[in-house]
Amino acid sequence: MLTWLSHSEEQTYRLGKRIGENIKPGDIILLFGELGSGKTVLSRGIAHGVGVIGMVTSPTFTLMNTYVGRIPVYHFDIYRLSEPEELYDLDYEDYFFGSGVSIVEWPERLGFLLPEEYLKITIFRLYDENSRKIVVEPMGNRFAALEEVLMDYEGTGN
Amino acid sequence: MSYFQQMKEKAIKLREKEEIYILALESSCDETSAAVVKNGREVKSNIIASQIETHQIYGGVVPEIASRKHVEAVNEVIRRALEEADITKDRLDAIAVTYGPGLVGALLVGVSVAKGLAFGLSVPLIGVHHIEGHISANYIQHSGLEPPFVCLIVSGGHTQIIHVSDYGRYELFGQTMDDAAGEAFDKVARVLGLGYPGGPAVERTATQGNPNAVSFPRVKLKDKPYDFSFSGLKTAVINYLHNLEQKGESYSTADVAASFQQAVIDVLVEKTINCARMLNQKRIAMAGGVAANSSLKKHMEEEAAKFDIQLYYPSPVLCTDNAAMIASAGYYRLLQGKVSPLSLNAVPYLSLTGDRE
Repeated sequence: MLTWLSHSEEQTYRLGKRIGENIKPGDIILLFGELGSGKTVLSRGIAHGVGVIGMVTSPTFTLMNTYVGRIPVYHFDIYRLSEPEELYDLDYEDYFFGSGVSIVEWPERLGFLLPEEYLKITIFRLYDENSRKIVVEPMGNRFAALEEVLMDYEGTGN
Repeated sequence: MSYFQQMKEKAIKLREKEEIYILALESSCDETSAAVVKNGREVKSNIIASQIETHQIYGGVVPEIASRKHVEAVNEVIRRALEEADITKDRLDAIAVTYGPGLVGALLVGVSVAKGLAFGLSVPLIGVHHIEGHISANYIQHSGLEPPFVCLIVSGGHTQIIHVSDYGRYELFGQTMDDAAGEAFDKVARVLGLGYPGGPAVERTATQGNPNAVSFPRVKLKDKPYDFSFSGLKTAVINYLHNLEQKGESYSTADVAASFQQAVIDVLVEKTINCARMLNQKRIAMAGGVAANSSLKKHMEEEAAKFDIQLYYPSPVLCTDNAAMIASAGYYRLLQGKVSPLSLNAVPYLSLTGDRE
């Protein structure tokens, strides 16, 4: 488990970027955190780290946005799903188990479709309104290399 | 000769017809709608079956439920649209349908039914971009309005400033970098406990509050004079509430709603007016669900008047997702010979201007 403190959107973005630079095809990132905690900012960083050029906007309305960088990026917001089964209608298997990276906001909704291996990232809001605690937990062995890289990352000022 | 070739020829012949009746379908999100419109501007019927009550339980549109409800509603909605327009299917000249952007399962219902109807009736099929429909709602409302004009599109999924240089010709000048304006309304309504849909709920609550009570940020983006960012505003509202809760102080929901709404409106108005002035356009139109917000209309109107700019907006029913606006957009596409093949598919992330989006 790795923990950082971020004191600005910019720092959150930069941590995301470092993660994105080291992500591999087929990786799944589950992003926990309440409304306004910075999930989309971190996602934008990850996408830009993967090499996506341009805007990365909220996927809330469309449920999923697709981008292309070094590998494809699938950015989900599944807040509005009522049953995990609804993920089948989004053809989620094609994305989760494909050649790109899947970033999922509100992964609480995955239920029994929670994948075996994933990178768990939780953003906690702190008392200072611009500060966040960001906790990265690799679930499964596939993130060993990423963990090594991130261990040396002190970019958020922790 | 293929259906597509035959229909292209038919579309050219239709230009000489005096009365063109189009049946349109719209099912991109949570409304199932069918409409019959004459000559692109005269609404004969516009039937809308809303799913809002179903989705209220979940605090937003649930895609799978949406698709199922569209399937249940679509035939009845079409039947009523024809009945109210007092027209039989054989008098229809074309079928228009929203094919994107939207929820893929929802879009597919309208697209599939439209394809079947067009093929069965041997009339042209016209795929319409949802946003082009919203813009065209203004043609229905204002019979004299013609391009060029600047259009602000504000809804749950879109926030864009578009220059409509001609029918079917759109240039994108501004868009949101993160959340759409309507999405910000929905999310702030969620934290204020006002329910779904957030736009009307916030607007209703805001009427009781003071728009100057809390100073929320008006985000300006460096080098991007016409782009928007609403994510920071949403966070500012959440921070404000958290801070007070931590101190154990109470707050006025109405004041927060009013102040938040004012912050959204201020940037929408300023950027749209600036864009129109830059383009030397004397006409601004608004479209999309948020364009039904009374306070937005009032402020835009006041500000536009200062620069001698005329403001156009559709009536509330034409601001919601409806098929009449799709028929209007379809009419102008038909006149330009833009007929769709039967292979038309639902495209959830369809771009209107072909760039940036």
